[in-house]
Amino acid sequence: MSTTKPNLILFSIIFIVIALVSPLEEFWQIKFVPLWTDLLIYVLVVAVLLFGIQVRHKEHLRVPWRHVLQRPLAMSALVVLGVYVLIGLMDSLHFRQALEKQQGQTETQYSGDVLSLFDVLATPIRVQQEKSYSAPFSAFLYAKETIETPEGQVRDYPRLQYGGRHLKIPAQDRIPNLVMALFLSFVATLLILLVVFVVVVFFVAHHYKTAFGDTMDAIVGGKTGIPFRAMLITFSVICFLVVVVVMLADKYHILGTDKVGNDVLYLSLKSIRTGLVIGTLTTLIMLPFAIMLGIMAGHYRGWIDDVIQYIYTTLNSIPGVLLIAAAILSLQVYLANNPEMFDTVTERADLRLLFLCLILGLTSWTGLCRLLRGETFKVSQLDYIQAATAFGTGHVKTMSRHILPNITHIVLIAIVLDFSGLVLAEAVLSYVGVGVDPTTISWGNMINSARLEMARDPVVWWSLVAAFVFMFTLVLAANLFSDAVRDAFDPRITRSK
Amino acid sequence: MLAYIIRRVIYAIPILIGVNLITFALFFVVNKPDDMARMQLGFKHVQQADIDKWKQAHGYDKPLFYNRAPTEGNAFTDTVFFVKSVRLFAFDFGNADDGRNITQDISERMWPSLAIAIPVFIVSLLLNITFALIIAFFRASYVDYMGVVTCVILMSISSLFYIIGGQYLISKLLHLVPISGYSADLDTATKFLILPVIIGIVGGIGAGTRWYRTIFLEEISKDYVRTARAKGLSERLVLFRHVLKNALVPILTGVVAVIPLLFMGSLILESFFGIPGLGSYTIDAIRSQDFAIVRAMVFLGSVLYIIGLILTDISYTMVDPRIRLGVR
Repeated sequence: MSTTKPNLILFSIIFIVIALVSPLEEFWQIKFVPLWTDLLIYVLVVAVLLFGIQVRHKEHLRVPWRHVLQRPLAMSALVVLGVYVLIGLMDSLHFRQALEKQQGQTETQYSGDVLSLFDVLATPIRVQQEKSYSAPFSAFLYAKETIETPEGQVRDYPRLQYGGRHLKIPAQDRIPNLVMALFLSFVATLLILLVVFVVVVFFVAHHYKTAFGDTMDAIVGGKTGIPFRAMLITFSVICFLVVVVVMLADKYHILGTDKVGNDVLYLSLKSIRTGLVIGTLTTLIMLPFAIMLGIMAGHYRGWIDDVIQYIYTTLNSIPGVLLIAAAILSLQVYLANNPEMFDTVTERADLRLLFLCLILGLTSWTGLCRLLRGETFKVSQLDYIQAATAFGTGHVKTMSRHILPNITHIVLIAIVLDFSGLVLAEAVLSYVGVGVDPTTISWGNMINSARLEMARDPVVWWSLVAAFVFMFTLVLAANLFSDAVRDAFDPRITRSK
Repeated sequence: MLAYIIRRVIYAIPILIGVNLITFALFFVVNKPDDMARMQLGFKHVQQADIDKWKQAHGYDKPLFYNRAPTEGNAFTDTVFFVKSVRLFAFDFGNADDGRNITQDISERMWPSLAIAIPVFIVSLLLNITFALIIAFFRASYVDYMGVVTCVILMSISSLFYIIGGQYLISKLLHLVPISGYSADLDTATKFLILPVIIGIVGGIGAGTRWYRTIFLEEISKDYVRTARAKGLSERLVLFRHVLKNALVPILTGVVAVIPLLFMGSLILESFFGIPGLGSYTIDAIRSQDFAIVRAMVFLGSVLYIIGLILTDISYTMVDPRIRLGVR
């Protein structure tokens, strides 16, 4: 039963998607551009949904997850991760917008720019490009220029084209204007929070069949099983930041602009997708190899074990960065010699991103494979596997039905633990020059292009700090969440408690 | 013991051959020498004659595996595979694209790398174990909780931030040490080395302390610890005399595996601080697409890794008498 139901859901999802695509294209006047990484992200989302459905129906899988759900720190981290994932998903729906129809033209022409849903939402900060550096919330450029005034030429800091353009005299108006905006955002956040709070209390009271007032007391006092108070506090902080951004993003460059005048906030937000893709797709790609080879080595033993061990020892013995560098350098030569393969720069950059995930996967599956091999050794000794063998169950069935379900906790722990390391690795690899394509927006590329700006006077610190803060938040949230998952699933830790 | 070591060394040979084949495939089969030449010379308007000249100058003008026109029975030795790959086994790395001898370069650049790697390694080992012991001593208390959260926070900070932030704060704002550079003279070298060493240590504290903490906690939950407590030993004695001693087994074996890799240096640390070690050598090679150096470093890295594996196994038998070699 458990296998047929997810399949049904999967098919219906695919069916709905196909049914929706062409009317949607017509309605919004767009043409979808499915990138490779986009498709894999959707596969991943569907897989996670199916996994969630599986977990809901099986008591022994639900118990450890319930432990995770009860940790305040982990759940706050989950809220943060949720926001990142939401932005990442919005940024993974790519399309080309239709151009205005010319006279006598019947066929719709599409723009050459590949945009994402997030790009459209973030239009103000995407298109408001300045000439060069400008500090956060500044109304002036970073460097002095010769400006024409009625009194003649003056060397001064020119006004920005977009940042603070509504201010008459920036020196006077800016601070009151900002304080006002912050105050308004604070009020707006309080209102939103109130609504969200009431809705949460209502649903919790409804679900646990408790009185409305009691539920409210429990949540405010932090006495609920699932730490709603911690989650609401995290939510309110994020909500405040989002409201501030929404209110001020089209009037100021909140995080300043970079060398060519791009809004740093936009770049930081766009980098989220790159970070998430590297953190998740790498694991998705390497998982089948690690699981299959690990279980096979542990189950068959003998020469199969020897061969698999040989493969992973060999791959492991090459220093990771160098293997990645070697592979990316080869890819670079290949791409440079075959420029005709790609229509747009975006598609080429996307392929390089995917290839980077592939290579990172190739270097990181060995650890998991070794763990799974050891665990399979242990599990195969257990009575029920011996019984299955005695009943004449085939190898494949033994491995997939009896061994695999009993080692999934190791796989799960590996997935969540790997994620943050991969996000951090992207920055280092981009610094070395073997990371994502230089045209891809990523934290690594932001840091790489901004690291020399620390030598300027006054210091251009904002792009660096923005990239580090966004990366740090994601990695910290992922680390805190994965700690909770590991504590809940690792049998060694639960036993010692 | 000697027989075991010899056997382990022989086992290592097929792995090295595998590494060699992988790198050869990456560098010569995926992209032909012609492609590399075109890349090096710039893509536009490259004449075949120029390509041939470049290939000849760098020794890529031979067939890959089998030379059909052998002069005197060197059908296999006069090939790219033999000259560029098999000779690595004799640690003959050939010449870099700028004509310098790679073996010579490596032996010179090893020392600056070690000058950073060894202090970082020793100090962070001692520091991390100390912190982990303190956290383990106060386990399941607020000290433990705060310690672990601090470790997680430190781990979540990008290593690039430690370097860029440290350089900015110490060198640019406080002017305590020069921003980057290196000198072979010991007195002046300290000035250049102190900051990268400190940053290397600080960057590793989070992950290291947490790792040793789990080792200690695992050890603390064992039966002999309960026995030690039952006979009335103080918690301090239990921790330092019993737990620390036994935890040294997993710590030592983990540490031994890393020691040979210290030679490779630290990629980004050396590159940021302008230290002419093997790490910056590798980065420069990657940036200038000098495939000969990258190949040499890949080979060197895997040799060192395998030495680390062998040392690990040997150290196991030395510290843990329960493990006997060669007996299945």
